[in-house]
This record gives sequence, structure tokens and C-alpha cells, in this order.
Amino acid sequence: MNIDSIQNGIVLDHITAGKALQIYTDLHLDKLDCSVAIIKNVKSSKMGRKDILKIDQDIDMNLDVLGYIDPDISVNIIKDGKLIEKKKIELPERLIDIKKCTNPRCITTTEQGIQQIFKLTNREKRIYRCIYCEADK
Amino acid sequence: MKHLIDPMDLSVKEIDDILNLALDIIDNKEKYSNVCKGKKLATLFFEPSTRTRLSFEAAMMELGGNVLGFSSAASSSSSKGESVGDTVKIVSCYADIIAMRHFKEGAPMLASMKSDVPIINAGDGGHNHPTQTLTDLLTIKREKGRLSNLTIGLCGDLMFGRTVHSLIKALSRYEGIEFILISPDELKIPDYIRTEVIEKNNITYREVTSMEDVIGELDILYMTRVQRERFFNEADYIRLKDSYILDNSKLVTAKSDLSILHPLPRVNEIAVEVDDDPRACYFKQALNGKFVRMALIMTLLGLEA
Ligand SMILES: [Zn+2]
Repeated sequence: MNIDSIQNGIVLDHITAGKALQIYTDLHLDKLDCSVAIIKNVKSSKMGRKDILKIDQDIDMNLDVLGYIDPDISVNIIKDGKLIEKKKIELPERLIDIKKCTNPRCITTTEQGIQQIFKLTNREKRIYRCIYCEADK
Repeated sequence: MKHLIDPMDLSVKEIDDILNLALDIIDNKEKYSNVCKGKKLATLFFEPSTRTRLSFEAAMMELGGNVLGFSSAASSSSSKGESVGDTVKIVSCYADIIAMRHFKEGAPMLASMKSDVPIINAGDGGHNHPTQTLTDLLTIKREKGRLSNLTIGLCGDLMFGRTVHSLIKALSRYEGIEFILISPDELKIPDYIRTEVIEKNNITYREVTSMEDVIGELDILYMTRVQRERFFNEADYIRLKDSYILDNSKLVTAKSDLSILHPLPRVNEIAVEVDDDPRACYFKQALNGKFVRMALIMTLLGLEA
């Protein structure tokens, strides 16, 4: 299978197989006019199988969203057909408006215009808690 | 600016300072009778709780301050759809400090992000109730003279009881603490409290189902209510409820200097006959609640006598 390499844009590599579509949705890549390639189940010596996303435009990307979904993704910035930067991402300390608290007793379910904020409370187990009610989902 | 939203917002040192101030207030009431002159406490009770609200209001009055506020959501502007954030922004124009109770978890946290004056969480649903924890700690300190080297029995509904969870977190920071967790299997302490608090701090603990088996070992017995609606069926409730009711017969093997605490209100988990036992501390606990709130208000307002 062949996908044209991009001239100016971003390649997200080493995505856990099956997660590319979630990233496509959560980063709102469907709103872009440029071409975006979702490549599923690519053979990888390191991971067995992986997904890759190619975006044919250098967009301002919310790295916290990526870090939250999968901190092991490689972010490659391409300019004039060449790799000019590899961005390192990590598990973000705080998630702001990335996910919604699902605790029905939480103030965020009724208060208008409130920011949804989660904070990382356990890095090993990747547990985030709502800063308001402390629920972890 | 400092708020009190979660009991763990306070360091051990800050808690000790507040408790020591409360003890001084108890001994020298006159000295503190005008400390808050010209200051106003707003009690914003979106959920009614007469005892807690009166305790805050009495505390402010004894410091020479004034109080204003509302006692239920129906009598507040939230019934017209105003957000908690807006209510707090407006009230912080009128008051120097706010005590807030809300049925939604995290409402006081949100309030602290919007307010220009200190916010005290006076209970947010099943989540936190830090002034109850301070009350419990002051009671233990007054009765025992220390917060370390104690065997503490926590009895009843340990799964949903927020006062129990907060007290465990607070006491886990002191030396020589041992917990005996007394509850039916259905209402055991949640996993995250056991692993993230008790085991993480290397605290000795045991989980048992019978109060009578362990009551003789205890320095403190902290009773909570076993609520009918927590059980899947009526038969289990009926079978279990009596095991968690404290009466004089169960106290026969208890230490003579045991202190019995209960956050109140009680329903029937402590028999009325126990009230006359010198080991019953739960009404003294309610009084301590006022003194510790006086100390807290002074501390958050940065006032000294
Ligand atoms: Zn929440």
C-alpha cells in the first residue's frame, strides 16, 4: 500500500493500532480542508501493528489531547518534504475541556459555562480526577 | 488567599495551629469576643443543614461578627437559574468570608475559583465536609490530649460515609495510628481509601464485622449510621442493623477511657441509654464544632486576638 509522502504537514506515527480514528475525531481533523490519511494496522517491528495519521498541512495541534490518548505517539513535523522536528509528547498534568466528568452528582453537570478540568493524580496508572468532584471518569 | 475545600488542603502544622487556637478560645472566650467586629460571614446553604449552619453562625457571632445568607436553594437566586459562580461573585462583594453547603459535589471548589473572599466548604454532597473533620480532630485532641498513638474503631457504613473517609485521611498523617474498620461486608471501606491512604502510609489496620469482638481494644469508637437504602434487600438490613447499634451491653468490655464519637444526627445506632455514659462524647463534639469553626474563620481571615 502506498500513501504519497507529504510536503508540509504532520505525521503522527506509532499510534497504538485502532486508536487513529479516535485521534482523528478528538483533534477535529474532520474539519480540515487538506488531505488527511488514516493508515490502519501498519506492520511495525517495535509494536507489531500500529496506526499512522498523515496531515497535509502544518496545523496547530493540541498536544495535550494526543498525550492523553497515547503519550507514546511520535509527532513528526515535515517541511519541504523533510523531517524538521520530532515533538516529544507526554501525559499532560491537566486536561482542560478534553473530557467531561461523568459523575451525575458533579457540579459540572449543572453549572453553565464551566471548564471541564481533570488533573493527573497517578502517572503510573494514568488516573485523572475531576478537580471539582474528584471522580476518575 | 486560602480556602478550605478539602480537609487535606491543610498541612499537619496548619491543623495543629487551628486546633491550638480553638483550645485557647475555649479557655479564654472573652479575649476573642470582638475579634471579628465589623466582619460578615455569608452562609450560602443551597442544601439545608440546620446544625451546620447554626454552628457557623454561632461561631461568627461569638467572635463579634455578623452573619447573612440563605438556608435553602429555594430561598436563593439559584431557584431563578443563577449559576453558583455568579452567586458567589456577588456575595463576595457583601461578605468577608463565605461558608457554602451544596448538594452538588465540587460546588465549593468552583466557588473558590470565582470568589474574592475565603470559601469554607460546609459540605458538598457525599464528597467533603472538612469542618466536620476538624471537629472530630478537636474532639479527639481534647479527650485524649493527642492525635497520635491511638487505636481507632470506625463503625457502620464505611463505604459511603464521607466523614469516615476524611477522618482516615487526616489521621493517617500522625504517628502510631491503628484503624479497626468495623462494618458489614456490603459496606466496607472503598478500595482507593484502603490502598491510596491506609496502606500507602503503612498504617496498621484490620477489617472486622463484629463490634463486640474488638471494642475492648479501642481508644476511640467513631460511630456512623447504617442506612436502610444502602442495602439491596430488607432482609440483609434487618439481619445486620443490630450488630452496628451501640448500647450499654456492648460497652461492658470497653476501656474506661474510651471516647465515643458520632458526627450526628443519629437515628438509632447509639441507644439513648449510652448518652449518660461518661464515655459518650458526641454532644461535646457538637460544641467543639463551634469552637473549631471560630478558629478556622479567624485563621482564614488572618485575624489574631
Ligand atoms: Zn466531576
